[in-house]
Amino acid sequence: MALKIVKGSIDRMFDKNLQDLVRGIRNHKEDEAKYISTCIDEIKQELKQDNIAVKANAVCKLTYLQMLGYDVSWAAFNIVEVMSSSKFTYKRIGYLAASQCFHESTDVIMLTTNQIRKDLSSPNQYDTGVALTGLSCFVTPDLARDLANDIMTLMSHTKPYIRKKAVLIMYKVFLKYPESLRPAFPRLKEKLEDPDPGVQSAAVNVICELARRNPKNYLSLAPLFFKLMTSSTNNWVLIKIIKLFGALTPLEPRLGKKLIEPLTNLIHSTSAMSLLYECVNTVIAVLISLSSGMPNHSASIQLCVQKLRILIEDSDQNLKYLGLLAMSKILKTHPKSVQSHKDLILQCLDDKDESIRLRALDLLYGMVSKKNLMEIVKKLMLHVDKAEGTTYRDELLTKIIDICSQSNYQYITNFEWYISILVELTRLEGTRHGHLIASQMLDVAIRVKAIRVFAVAQMATLLDNAHLMTGNVQRKGICEVLYAAAWICGEFSEHLENPMQTLEAMLRPKVATLPGHIQAVYVQNAAKLFATLLKNQEGNTDRTAAQETSQLMIDRLPLFVQSANLEVQERASCILQLVKYIQKLQQKDVEVAEEVIALFAGELNPVAPKAQKKVPVPEGLDLDAWINEPPSESESEDEQPKAIFAKEEPKHSRARHTEVDEKELAKRREARKQEQANNPFYIKASPSSQKVYQEAPGVEHIPVVQIDLSVPLKVPGLPMSDQYVKLEEERRQKERVEKKKKEKKKRKEKRGGRGKKHDSGPESEEDITPAHMVDIVTEEMPENALPSDDDDKDPNDPHKALDIDLDKPLADSEKLPVRSHRAAEALKSPAEDGDAESPASQEPKKKSSKEKREKKKDKDGDRKKSKDDKKKKKKHKREEKGEDLFGGQADEPVVQSEEISEVAAPPASNAAEVSDLDFWLSNAPVPSNAQEAATLAAEAAPVPEKASGTAPDSEPDEPEETDKKSSKHKKKKQKREKEEKEKKKKKKHHHHHHHSDGGGEESVQNGTVEEEEPLPPMSNYCLLAENSYIKMEIDIQGNLQDGSQVVVSVIFENKCDNFLKTMEFNVLDSLNSKLQRPEGSGPHDGLSVPFQLPPGVSNEARFVFTMQSIVMPQKLKGTLTFIIKNEDSSTHEKLDFKLHFTCSSYLITTPCYSDAFAKLLESGDLKCSSVRLEGVNMPFHHLLARICFHHHFSVVERIDSCASMYSRSIQGHHVCLLVKTSGQTVSIDAKCDEPTLLGNVLDEIKQTFSQC
Amino acid sequence: MIKAILIFNNHGKPRLIRFYQYFAEDLQQQIIRETFHLVSKRDDNVCNFLEGGSLIGGSDYKLIYRHYATLYFVFCVDSSESELGILDLIQVSLYSVYTHICGVFVETLDKCFENVCELDLIFHMDKVHYILQEVVMGGMVLETNMNEIVAQVEVQTRMEKSEGGLSAAPARAVSAVKNMNLPEIPRTINIGDLNIKVPSLSPF
Repeated sequence: MALKIVKGSIDRMFDKNLQDLVRGIRNHKEDEAKYISTCIDEIKQELKQDNIAVKANAVCKLTYLQMLGYDVSWAAFNIVEVMSSSKFTYKRIGYLAASQCFHESTDVIMLTTNQIRKDLSSPNQYDTGVALTGLSCFVTPDLARDLANDIMTLMSHTKPYIRKKAVLIMYKVFLKYPESLRPAFPRLKEKLEDPDPGVQSAAVNVICELARRNPKNYLSLAPLFFKLMTSSTNNWVLIKIIKLFGALTPLEPRLGKKLIEPLTNLIHSTSAMSLLYECVNTVIAVLISLSSGMPNHSASIQLCVQKLRILIEDSDQNLKYLGLLAMSKILKTHPKSVQSHKDLILQCLDDKDESIRLRALDLLYGMVSKKNLMEIVKKLMLHVDKAEGTTYRDELLTKIIDICSQSNYQYITNFEWYISILVELTRLEGTRHGHLIASQMLDVAIRVKAIRVFAVAQMATLLDNAHLMTGNVQRKGICEVLYAAAWICGEFSEHLENPMQTLEAMLRPKVATLPGHIQAVYVQNAAKLFATLLKNQEGNTDRTAAQETSQLMIDRLPLFVQSANLEVQERASCILQLVKYIQKLQQKDVEVAEEVIALFAGELNPVAPKAQKKVPVPEGLDLDAWINEPPSESESEDEQPKAIFAKEEPKHSRARHTEVDEKELAKRREARKQEQANNPFYIKASPSSQKVYQEAPGVEHIPVVQIDLSVPLKVPGLPMSDQYVKLEEERRQKERVEKKKKEKKKRKEKRGGRGKKHDSGPESEEDITPAHMVDIVTEEMPENALPSDDDDKDPNDPHKALDIDLDKPLADSEKLPVRSHRAAEALKSPAEDGDAESPASQEPKKKSSKEKREKKKDKDGDRKKSKDDKKKKKKHKREEKGEDLFGGQADEPVVQSEEISEVAAPPASNAAEVSDLDFWLSNAPVPSNAQEAATLAAEAAPVPEKASGTAPDSEPDEPEETDKKSSKHKKKKQKREKEEKEKKKKKKHHHHHHHSDGGGEESVQNGTVEEEEPLPPMSNYCLLAENSYIKMEIDIQGNLQDGSQVVVSVIFENKCDNFLKTMEFNVLDSLNSKLQRPEGSGPHDGLSVPFQLPPGVSNEARFVFTMQSIVMPQKLKGTLTFIIKNEDSSTHEKLDFKLHFTCSSYLITTPCYSDAFAKLLESGDLKCSSVRLEGVNMPFHHLLARICFHHHFSVVERIDSCASMYSRSIQGHHVCLLVKTSGQTVSIDAKCDEPTLLGNVLDEIKQTFSQC
Repeated sequence: MIKAILIFNNHGKPRLIRFYQYFAEDLQQQIIRETFHLVSKRDDNVCNFLEGGSLIGGSDYKLIYRHYATLYFVFCVDSSESELGILDLIQVSLYSVYTHICGVFVETLDKCFENVCELDLIFHMDKVHYILQEVVMGGMVLETNMNEIVAQVEVQTRMEKSEGGLSAAPARAVSAVKNMNLPEIPRTINIGDLNIKVPSLSPF
């Protein structure tokens, strides 16, 4: 064995390594392929050896060969072998090779699952890193499913290097295994606030990628991202966030309003061009989303346009390019602001860089108006002449057509000019876009009726000069135009000046050199022309002309009959026979013209390209149903079709009638006619249907041509579009003069009003009347076409599967698959290792979205969870009691408190999330309604009964309501930023504050307390006792489920370096209050704390006390005993404490409707008491927040410096407060059905404020 | 998302390819050829963006490239990436710094290879890959802090060294002897010189 190894390493010495391979390839330039094939043979030999080093070396070389295009998938198994080496060097080579050549259909991938899992949990972070990197390239749905949970665990790894990789790879996992998104999302969100900037950046990256595809699911993250945006200094992260906002704003205009200011600040302050550019981009997105009805954003637009101009003027081509790119976005909604920079953009058309020229062209598209279209197109035509490359020239050509035809030829005032442009474009050398010009010609001629005379004349000229186009081989593309020309001349032949000449042009022998499909059109339209000619000529007394025409046809058509193109041949022979027959009739002096014309009667209407798709499926028609039964069940064949179409009229069924009598036929014909009348696709013989021409009532009555006399009807020879430009100018001038005259007259009549501004101002869009009365026929769509435009979506988009509602609570079934126990978990401290550590996989209960959000902010999952549970219970109880109190009201859809709505039903939690967002968004300043504010102020009478009676129900969920309120405090917007930062700090630093945050939120829900200024951090937890080993902090809350119970939550924090265990909590019971002990234990036994504390760790335990009377505060003495265990010894310690039950702790925050509150006060059952506080030096809303927070009240209503508040004790006592402030004096009038309780509560309130 | 990173030289010879979406080998080569064709005909003083090739991407994708000495660095990205950001990621431009992050990729190569040149990429494709892996992972930018990247690369190189590396010294000696037989001795010496540089990969 040892010998073998030695032999292996000697062999190795003679192996080529990667460098040798590369060198060899370079030395064999002339027979590279041969050399490589011998190398591959060597590699195959090497792979057969047992030595892993040799294998790794071979795999490394294969990776290089893969780059050169050699398929190395045959070595996939060896790659897996190298991947599983225990040496980092080899492992890395293996993973690199795998990431380069593995893909979803590589079958050995399924062998890697366990190896990868092992590597992921390796103690060496670089093993883990290499595995993550490799996996990111070849993850398959199976791997994603099996490893999702492992990767999720890594997201909380101690090393940021691993964390960031784990976070990033989650995106790939989501793509392959969409089910993992919801369970993993809370933790991903948590990583947005990771202390390591790299991890944070990775999380932002992933969420941005997710949100880009399905933005609506991520709208609720907007506040978090906003906070990041205002706090982050990493440009890379900022760019991502700003891009994300760009995707979110179209969904939520209010978000846009909120963004404008910080973005504008960034634009002003940043020196990083990329950041500036992205800010401008997002501001543009915001402005687009706000485009309606926000007049005061012109400053922002100006800023953007001005900054973009700077970019475009920069000598850096990259900035120029991007500037133009962004400019085109503004253009869509604010064309005016861009149009003023036309000079700059036209200048860019001359740039040497094609990318830039193309961008500038894009911009031109949106910059045209009725006024400048002709001028711009003229410029472009000049460029067409100058352009050297055909690709660029073709691009110009398509752009010209795009520009002119956009939005139904909106900007074309003179279609003669447009036709002339099209004709001029046909003179282009070697363009590929002949068909484009042709289709434009057809479209214009068909849809713009007034232009037909002119178009036909031009087309006739084109046909006449067809040799110019067909002569040159280079110009093959352009002869497509003749297709249009021939069709137009034939279809609208009645407008032809000299039909005979055109007919002759169409039947020239040279035509036979044209492509077949064009010849076919020639033949067909020659027939149309012939029909028109006959009609004209039969009117004359001289019959010879008509016969001559027929003879011409008969002479020329045989040329086409010989055509190799089938269609040409078919049409020609058909028509030839027809003409021969006509000639026979003519010789018998029979009038045939009418009948011949009837062959081509009727008008062709344009049909929208999507029309077919949009036809709604008629009711009762099942497209998937069998028309005929599948062949196997052939017995009931005759009945089946009937059964399917039973409800339909018999004519729809395709029953097989072999013989039909005359009557039946007539009936059917009648039915068909009716059907056709209702069928939009049936092209009718008479243009009677009104819906086709909706825009132009009574089309037939529109005069065919109404041409301004200043434009000559016919321009001799080929038209020069420039002439039109000049003529148009003159026409407009004339019009203006006329208008002015009229206006003057009017003004005189009006005795000279204030209309001065019309006088000298520049011509506005509306002033320009089109030269023709143009009737643009819109494209037809079927009746009741479905307006949905979902046809653009790609059904194969992998991101479709990720369109998942993230706010919905997690269901049990959504757990990630977990694989028993692994080393990684054992590494964690027992305290952290609680259920909540991997919330998705182990949390059994449904979590409301809010809790999820809270959870991710709190690392000490276990404690948090217990709290959550408690809270949930409370909420539940509250909901029930709410129903008691308010009767039917509780059923109303408008829910006053967010918490209730969250618990009420799972779907409602989503609503609550939205309302959260609403609240956040509503902070944006909104133009205030002064009147409303005034009435509100007027109602701010100090008598609560009145106030609550008249004021509308306060509904925090209603955005308008909050808007109204926020409008009163415009200044707060600036402060909000600060506030948010502070909040963040609070959350990060200590879990206690987190709780306080919850309290703050609560008060917000019931009023608008928190809106104005940052609240000082508050905590419910107060120190209970402390020594050098342990610290205890408590919070006391009434138990909602049992009227006589109080729950004491104690946080135990281990302050020493040793393990604390066997903690026992004991309290000396009093007559009034007892600690609840498990059954069977004596009245003086202590309760053991259900956990141990490793050094530096804290955890929370809860103890329940039973109370007899709650009207008085209580004090209880207690002791905590515990064992300190260090390596060699353990010592007993104890800590004494005094539990203080205040009356406030018996109160439970209970929301109350203002009308219920008024009723309560009116009932007269309540005793009154009052207290005055002097020297309270804090804002009113702080004061309210404090009362809410420390004494468990909720604000019923607040008007200026007066607020009514409500709370309820665990035993159902109502406590009502009316708090008023003036200067530093606060007076509190209180009512309660239990005067002792009230007195004590007021004392406690007083004490709260005396402390601060 | 970054869809692909391609490095090829002035003649279109690939020096590193990294696709973040699967393409078969022949299609990969086709993409490289097409991209080279698009990029190579552009002047040096035009902008660095190209609206995608037909093989890779589609309308949402852009090619962002830099021409650095004899090499083209091409990133194929979609609209979620910042154009200027990617440019900065590739290399600091001479006249302006867009994002205020250093030109991560090329700068890091420069640091790790001491004045990187095409030869380094040719002979150490694997190392270039390892460096790239610290910058971009699975098509997403992993790290933009150059010092962090260099530090991580260094640690891993050290780890490799402590394991004895892939090709230990004797093997190299033998292969050097083997190469003596080859006709172009001067060139081997030249490249041998380069080879000596390899062990002292991270001298800072």
